[in-house]
Amino acid sequence: MRRRLLPWRLLVVLGLIALSVLVVFPVRGRIRLGLDLRGGSHILLECVDTPEAPVDEDAVRRVVEIIRNRIDQLGVAEPVIARQGERRVLVQLPGVTDPQRAVEIIGKTALLEFKDERGETVLTGAHLKNAQVQFDRLGRPVVAISFDSEGAKLFAQATTANVGKPLGIYLDGKLISNPVVQEPILGGEAQITGRFTLEEAQNLAILLRAGALPVKVEVIENRSVEPTLGRDSVNAGLRAAVIGVILVLAFMVLYYGSFGLLADLALLCFILFFFAIFIGLRATLTLPGIAGFVLTVGMAVDANVLIFERIKEEYRSGKTWRASIDAGFQKAFRTILDANITTLIAAVLLFSLGSGPIKGFGVTLSLGILCSMFTGVWVSRVFVDLFADRLKMRV
Amino acid sequence: MEFIRATHINFMGVRKAAYVVSLVLMALSLGSVALRGLNYGVDFAGGTLLQFRFSREVATEEIRGVLGSMNLEKSIIQRFSPTEVVIRTPKLSQEDQKRILSLLKEKFGSAELVRVEDVGPAVGADLRRMGIVALLAAIGGILVYVAFRFEFRPAVTSVLALAHDGLTVIGVVSLLQKEFTIPILAAVLTILGYSINDSIVVMDRIRENLVGRKKGEELEDIVNRSVSETLSRTINTSLTTALPVLALYFFGGKMLQDFALAILVGLVVGTYSSIFVVSALWVDWEKRSPRRR
Repeated sequence: MRRRLLPWRLLVVLGLIALSVLVVFPVRGRIRLGLDLRGGSHILLECVDTPEAPVDEDAVRRVVEIIRNRIDQLGVAEPVIARQGERRVLVQLPGVTDPQRAVEIIGKTALLEFKDERGETVLTGAHLKNAQVQFDRLGRPVVAISFDSEGAKLFAQATTANVGKPLGIYLDGKLISNPVVQEPILGGEAQITGRFTLEEAQNLAILLRAGALPVKVEVIENRSVEPTLGRDSVNAGLRAAVIGVILVLAFMVLYYGSFGLLADLALLCFILFFFAIFIGLRATLTLPGIAGFVLTVGMAVDANVLIFERIKEEYRSGKTWRASIDAGFQKAFRTILDANITTLIAAVLLFSLGSGPIKGFGVTLSLGILCSMFTGVWVSRVFVDLFADRLKMRV
Repeated sequence: MEFIRATHINFMGVRKAAYVVSLVLMALSLGSVALRGLNYGVDFAGGTLLQFRFSREVATEEIRGVLGSMNLEKSIIQRFSPTEVVIRTPKLSQEDQKRILSLLKEKFGSAELVRVEDVGPAVGADLRRMGIVALLAAIGGILVYVAFRFEFRPAVTSVLALAHDGLTVIGVVSLLQKEFTIPILAAVLTILGYSINDSIVVMDRIRENLVGRKKGEELEDIVNRSVSETLSRTINTSLTTALPVLALYFFGGKMLQDFALAILVGLVVGTYSSIFVVSALWVDWEKRSPRRR
């Protein structure tokens, strides 16, 4: 039965190989890399209560919206901004080269206030229409702001009432500029000159345009990797994977001879199928994920070891070559199943409970185990059956 | 090429010695965890880890000097590469992180922040809780599986050996004061899942051989025969798994080195325990209170 089906089984294997090659090649750009490999920032924010601004549902929703606005203005490709639980907001910024700037822009409340001499707030950033970086006559960066109609009215009143007196401009309670009002400003436009660097001015303009956060926000987790460091990790991981695969291939041939060669063929199929499925699932490869893959390369041939050792035993006990192969595959299967299920239990837990990069480890380990069961048992069997009469193994 | 022939080795004869070795391993591990403790990384402990890159080679003492001006001279400073340094401090504010960068820039001409791991206490606590849940769930899941799969006694001895393997990995991490991070926890979990495999192979073989027990054959002889028969597979499966992990340790970059080390330790101790401990414990149990078969 098995023998008669062999051409079909071979066809299935070849078909899968062809399909996988189509999915996997050209490799460049096909595999989604995690932030730890492509570089970027993973930032977790938490809204915290203050006496003036307790956190409520609406506030958190607005925080998400405002942060999205700010990030849009940073020009990050494919950012992730997602609410997590009641008060947390997850922000992922792939490819960001200056994580400190990103954190600064995302986490700032950015409440702009104008205060008169007595310290009373006469106007806030809530009435802003626009904010832009300009340069004054000396070439220094300043932030030009314009108010909406309500704001323009308030600003006109404030400047009229305070001619000859200072009007302090505060950001999050900190004085950033304290100009003296020369004459009433009625047009609803003004400049903030705060001895900024260009970047500071740009940041401020972004913050003012996107609006102030309604509640205080704290950065409770920040994991950022600079892109070149990520590339170093990719290269090191790739090198280890290639060397690891070569070591395993060599070991199997040296130890199991021509049978080892078939196991090697199955291992190469494993690697191909693994990445085809990985890409198909649109999974994300992280640094721990690379470690998980490297680990499964070693585990993948375990099935072959178990099968071949069993075949040897059966042959030694006086069975024919073919009968030994049949018995070897059959009897080793239970053990292989057991072995993989226990490892899978651990892998799936990492997958479901882990967060961030370690999830990638769970993903590659689980996928590797499942995929290797197929290649280690079913695909190897096709290869072994194909060459069974020509094979010899020292027993 | 053949390293291992199914010769008859008297594994059970050295089981007293194996018990001593295992007890010492466990005592050392427990002692180290109790006395030296685990060096929790920022994942679990919270805190700030910053990696800087310079345009020239930098000594850790120079960095310490700079940090001293911010009263952070007690931070952990490690060289990542000749031009890269990792510092680990209690949780720093954004302003302090910025200040360190500008101080380093001032002192060394150029400095670039290439990695930040900044974990607040609440997140650290979350991760700790999640880690413990994952660990317990993994142990629970494996226990349930083994209980279904095995008879009672082999299940118990396998799980004892498993605890021994996991404990030893954690013990080595503690002894070497490697950072206990999420990847290390992942390594421990993986070892728990993987290392029971060899025990399953051996105990299955014992069960098989018990059925065809020859007259007058001692329990020890059956076990010796079973362990010998499965020896090449026990060793080869571990070896094929160890090979790529070795590649990871030597070529996979600094970030994965400790993870690879933990897996390697787990593989070695797991192989040892499934050869010398699991079946030995079972033999002693059976001899002390034999069950009728």
